[in-house]
Amino acid sequence: MKVTGNYRLHKNYCLLKLTSDENLPEMFPGQFVEVRVENSPTTFLRRPISVNYVDKSKNELWLLIQLVGDGTRKMSEFRLGEIVNIMLPLGNGFTMPSKEQKNKKLLLIGGGVGTAPMLYLGACLKEAGFEPTFLLGARSKDDVLQLNEFQEFGTVYITTEDGSLGEKGYVTDHTILKEVCFDQIYTCGPKPMMMAVARYARAKAISCEVSLENMMACGLGACLCCVEKNKEGHNVCVCTEGPVFNIENLSWQS
Amino acid sequence: MAELNVNIGNLPLKNPVMTASGTFGYGIEYADFMDISRLGGIFVKGTTIQPREGNDYPRMAETPSGMLNAVGLQNKGADYFAEHIYPKIKDIDTNMIVNVSGSSIETYVECAEKIAELDRIPAIELNISCPNVKQGGMAFGVTACGAGEVVKAVRKVYPKTLIVKLSPNVTDIAEIAKAVEAEGADSVSLINTMLGMAIDAEKRKPILSTITGGLSGPCVKPIALRMVWQTYQAVKIPIIGLGGISNWKDAVEFMLAGASAIQIGTYNFVDPTVSIKVIDGLNDYCDRHGFKSVKELTGALNI
Repeated sequence: MKVTGNYRLHKNYCLLKLTSDENLPEMFPGQFVEVRVENSPTTFLRRPISVNYVDKSKNELWLLIQLVGDGTRKMSEFRLGEIVNIMLPLGNGFTMPSKEQKNKKLLLIGGGVGTAPMLYLGACLKEAGFEPTFLLGARSKDDVLQLNEFQEFGTVYITTEDGSLGEKGYVTDHTILKEVCFDQIYTCGPKPMMMAVARYARAKAISCEVSLENMMACGLGACLCCVEKNKEGHNVCVCTEGPVFNIENLSWQS
Repeated sequence: MAELNVNIGNLPLKNPVMTASGTFGYGIEYADFMDISRLGGIFVKGTTIQPREGNDYPRMAETPSGMLNAVGLQNKGADYFAEHIYPKIKDIDTNMIVNVSGSSIETYVECAEKIAELDRIPAIELNISCPNVKQGGMAFGVTACGAGEVVKAVRKVYPKTLIVKLSPNVTDIAEIAKAVEAEGADSVSLINTMLGMAIDAEKRKPILSTITGGLSGPCVKPIALRMVWQTYQAVKIPIIGLGGISNWKDAVEFMLAGASAIQIGTYNFVDPTVSIKVIDGLNDYCDRHGFKSVKELTGALNI
């Protein structure tokens, strides 16, 4: 795919827009792609990146990249017009509610770069006639990304650890969780955050799906590196069985 | 067009390019990307007589030009393979070869016997070199005596092509190769992963749950090439070379060093279609250098 946009949203984040000459296959929110970074010995493996947004009319794919190491740093340096080798789409997406459930109160919780798949999920939910609510968590106001885009698709609540925007604290501290009884939660973010969200959802008996970001190599279920324990205690591949799991299917108890 | 067919013992391959165990699943995972029947063979994931959960996460760490893994032979066991996976792969038009592992001589033998019953599996690769399991595995592969013993026992119950996968974590790989040849192995494949380690300096912790793991990828290629060459001087049985092959040129180098066929492993994760490109590249190389058959490359190193 060709790089048609590369925006530095913050010192640690960039947004890549990639366009295909051919029609993109259908991509579901929660699915991911594997990006090859060429000519970089320190970036040997592909980088799994979740789908941030898809503009079907333009065959355009958005990837939100957090700069954490050499690979993501090199991706932030992709030049306009450069051709990038991408495998897509991979994994299973979030479960969309059925059309009869229009009144369902849906909460999408994203933390850090885990907000990335929530944008595309929110866009698809809105398109299907739902009114999603977003709860975004960040360290401080500069780390809150794509706020305008999120507001296009639903109501947005924010928590920051330093209180510089929205309520101070973690996503699970936000007052909206006490005020509104949601029917469904979707979440992606750091594992301790997702586990805290899962505890909240369990306590309130709310159905909850989490999108995991375990380290992976092949992305196809061949190498068995990215495993997570399912409720029976067996190791399953996050890349092919997930990355989205209903918390009831995981062994997370703590 | 050069002739690409080669033989490993009595086993004919349509070409010398195969995919390595643990890097290509059961082949079907890659069927969306390529025509997997074009391959000379597919070495499927390591199989043990009993199901194994494998090691805890994290199981991998990226390294410059390679990766460490510590999967620990996760598999659902030989019975599950025979009942549920074999029916799905038996009609793939290439050699489906099962990598057989164990934790004692008895479990190697039991697993080999079970796989021998499957008509469409023409060969096994005996894994005496996995560095990621506490019991067995590499323990057998690091001494000539241990390697010979397990091969002798499996040879008695396994009549088809028996390939033995050797560990590089030894002082003299040629000595191990000679020992397994003497006990009736039809071929040796080398190298399995090299024992390595990765540390997170910030957290002052090992990255892998098992602390150490197996290193693979282009970073191990020079070592693998040297070991294939040393083994070629020592044994008469055909050698299957692997270790960091990522393009046709690497494949040519392994054959020149003495390999009759090659496997592509870790690079499948980078480019799922690399093996097809290697087949085409080998053919072009033979045409360009006037080799009528790819077999002429084996050991054709000018020294």
